[in-house]
Amino acid sequence: MATVWFMIVAVMVAIYVVLDGFDLGAGAVHLFIAKDNDERRTVIRAIGPVWDGNEVWLLAAGGTLYFAFPQLYASGFSGFYLPLMMVLWLLMLRAIGIEFRTHVQERVWQGFFDTIFGISSILLAIFFGAALGNVVRGVPLNPDGYFFEPLWTNWRVGAQNGILDWYTVMCGVVALVTLVVHGSLYLATKTEGELNDRARKVASWLWPVQVLLTVFSLIATVYAVPGILQNYSRWPIGYLVPLVVIGSLIYMYFAHARRNEKGAFLASSLYIIAMLVGAVFALYPNVLPASTGSQYNLTIYNSATGAHGMSVGFVWWTLGMMLAAVYFVFVYRMFRGKVRLEEGSDHGY
Amino acid sequence: MDSALLIHRLHFAFTVTYHYLFPQLTMGLAPLIVILKTIAWRTGDERYDKAARFWAKIFGINFVIGVVTGIPMEFQFGTNWSHFSRFAGGVIGQTLAMEGCFAFFLESTFLGLFLYGEKRLSKGLHWFSALMVFLGSWLSGYFIVATDAWMQHPVGYERVADGSVQLKSFWQLVLNPWAWWQYAHNMSGAVITGAFVMAAVGAFYLLSEKHAEAGRIFVRVGVIAALFVSVFQVVPTGDAQGRMIARNQPVTLAAMEALWETQPGAPLVILGQPDVAAQKIDNPIVVPKMLSFLTWRSWGAEVKGLNAIPKQDWPDNIPLLYYTYHIMVGLGTIFIAISALACILLWRRRLYESRWMLWILLLSFPFPYIANTAGWMTAEFGRQPWLVYGLLRTVDGYSKMVSAGNGWFSFLGFLGMYTLLSVLFLFLVRREIEHGPEPVVPSDLRELVEAAHLTPAEVR
Repeated sequence: MATVWFMIVAVMVAIYVVLDGFDLGAGAVHLFIAKDNDERRTVIRAIGPVWDGNEVWLLAAGGTLYFAFPQLYASGFSGFYLPLMMVLWLLMLRAIGIEFRTHVQERVWQGFFDTIFGISSILLAIFFGAALGNVVRGVPLNPDGYFFEPLWTNWRVGAQNGILDWYTVMCGVVALVTLVVHGSLYLATKTEGELNDRARKVASWLWPVQVLLTVFSLIATVYAVPGILQNYSRWPIGYLVPLVVIGSLIYMYFAHARRNEKGAFLASSLYIIAMLVGAVFALYPNVLPASTGSQYNLTIYNSATGAHGMSVGFVWWTLGMMLAAVYFVFVYRMFRGKVRLEEGSDHGY
Repeated sequence: MDSALLIHRLHFAFTVTYHYLFPQLTMGLAPLIVILKTIAWRTGDERYDKAARFWAKIFGINFVIGVVTGIPMEFQFGTNWSHFSRFAGGVIGQTLAMEGCFAFFLESTFLGLFLYGEKRLSKGLHWFSALMVFLGSWLSGYFIVATDAWMQHPVGYERVADGSVQLKSFWQLVLNPWAWWQYAHNMSGAVITGAFVMAAVGAFYLLSEKHAEAGRIFVRVGVIAALFVSVFQVVPTGDAQGRMIARNQPVTLAAMEALWETQPGAPLVILGQPDVAAQKIDNPIVVPKMLSFLTWRSWGAEVKGLNAIPKQDWPDNIPLLYYTYHIMVGLGTIFIAISALACILLWRRRLYESRWMLWILLLSFPFPYIANTAGWMTAEFGRQPWLVYGLLRTVDGYSKMVSAGNGWFSFLGFLGMYTLLSVLFLFLVRREIEHGPEPVVPSDLRELVEAAHLTPAEVR
């Protein structure tokens, strides 16, 4: 049952990254590709009705993690104290940027909120990447199962980890590039004209960068995290995952070249999922490896909640997700298609 | 007090107090918006649709701030209160995760439909979206209250070998008797805020002689709703909750009332300043035997005083607990008086012309916020020194790995961030109220106006 919950949390995180990833990416790139007020408004309109719903997945995934693996939640959240606080502030700034932008008419303030939205989106993408890097690399857990990491120490991967070292910074960059591509491809599906051209151009330019970074990060992971391939040698079926990563990149290229906007976006989503699955597959059954020695690893067994809680939770979780799926399909159908500014105001309000 | 403990408590107290300023309005407005939408749909009266649209805007601004200040609450269980999370996560993780899976998806989806979809949805579906937003926000409230209720009155759990607690009975947790009264009391408190804010905006419009038609609707719906919920707030919900506390947390009740000695026929203190060291109340105004009657429905009943309980189990800030409780009760009484008076004037058809009453309504909107905040403080100070009543002390619950220095760092960061939020919030709300429910410029002209770089003032 702990394994099931491990997968459930992983799936929820993946859904969150794919969904909020495109609006983060759109935010990160919009300062550069949306030149005038109408184009900026188009970007906001493209993500406006869905971004907070996407962010709910973060809350739902967080809540589910808390419920299923309280020990992990306690240890991980207090250990990553500083970066998490900054993530909270960035999430706030980002929401301010998006929502308040639509409420002011002055050009000066529109530019101000656009910039806040853009910068916080960029930083969040980097932070999330670095966070994943930390989990893969491992943290200095003590015998009680707690740790505390400063933001940086000596930038090296070793026993005295900081949140940021060369490996986790690299993960942050990979995440940023990935989400910028993802967001640009999303914008391409939702826009027309010049904005569409520029969004597509960004994706074309970044594709080779993404490929190089993917290869580099896979090699770097194997180098920086010894033993990361254990599960792969144990269950060689895992090697399918890197194949899916490569396949999705190739398909993204061809779909993009053929102006198959939806196909390219789906390929990008698949790429993100496959990268996450690759990481999660390597970690299992650990949920937070210890850089201080594998005897201190937090695993699904020593951090999970009681058996009764897990089975009860499974019932309501299934019900909740079925409902969420219904809403989700409904909203995306409602707001499907390209954004045209002339259709009503920016907000119902 | 240990300085790390102090900052972690301050951190949570500040962020949760600030956070709850926004959900109390959204939860309070949600049913009122449903009422406006229902009237609009049944009568086809366009004015009520406009009113609903206006309040949806206010709702939307508050909702966004409620969400962004709500995420830190979930995070802080792990970041600042990790020992508590490790101890109790197996139980309260259930209700918190259910809030995410049921309430948040529901509320955010239908709010999007309600705000963005009026043109695309049929009248019935738009009404339904409003109803679902109401349901979602109230469901959210239930899961949070159920979580707090478990901390006040733990049920449905078992202790396991590693010292933590795990879920034993899902239904006991979800149907905790403590949660029922607390929820009813809390939600009607939220509607008091919503109703008073609605009436205040209406009074402002009537006093300043603009949007007068909308102003009359807001005042009317506001004061009628306010009267119902203000009464409901005292009887049965407040009364029942007080007696529940007397039964399950006698020390809390004694501290709330600053009752030192166990005595039959205990008096009710209306006003006065408690002196903990001397164990007395300065300048007391009391109603004899009233506390015994309210608590046990008998004038002579014995009420337990603080001295009957070991000092280490006393709430750690008795004066503050005493004051927050008395502020809540005092304001609650005043709300009944104000809304009853306004309803009488409404019934006599004199309300809209009674400028003095409109002034009272306008100026009274901050007080429900104060009363709701004071009420929550009563609940939480009253639970001290326990984090989970009788099971885990607050001093054992915070994150031992997070130093006071790091705690202050993020506390000050939140202080700055929330100052910024407040400025933006007030600016936007003022703008919406100024703008009013009538569009200044017809919506089809807005694009043209924007293209010509005109401000709304120039258009007028």
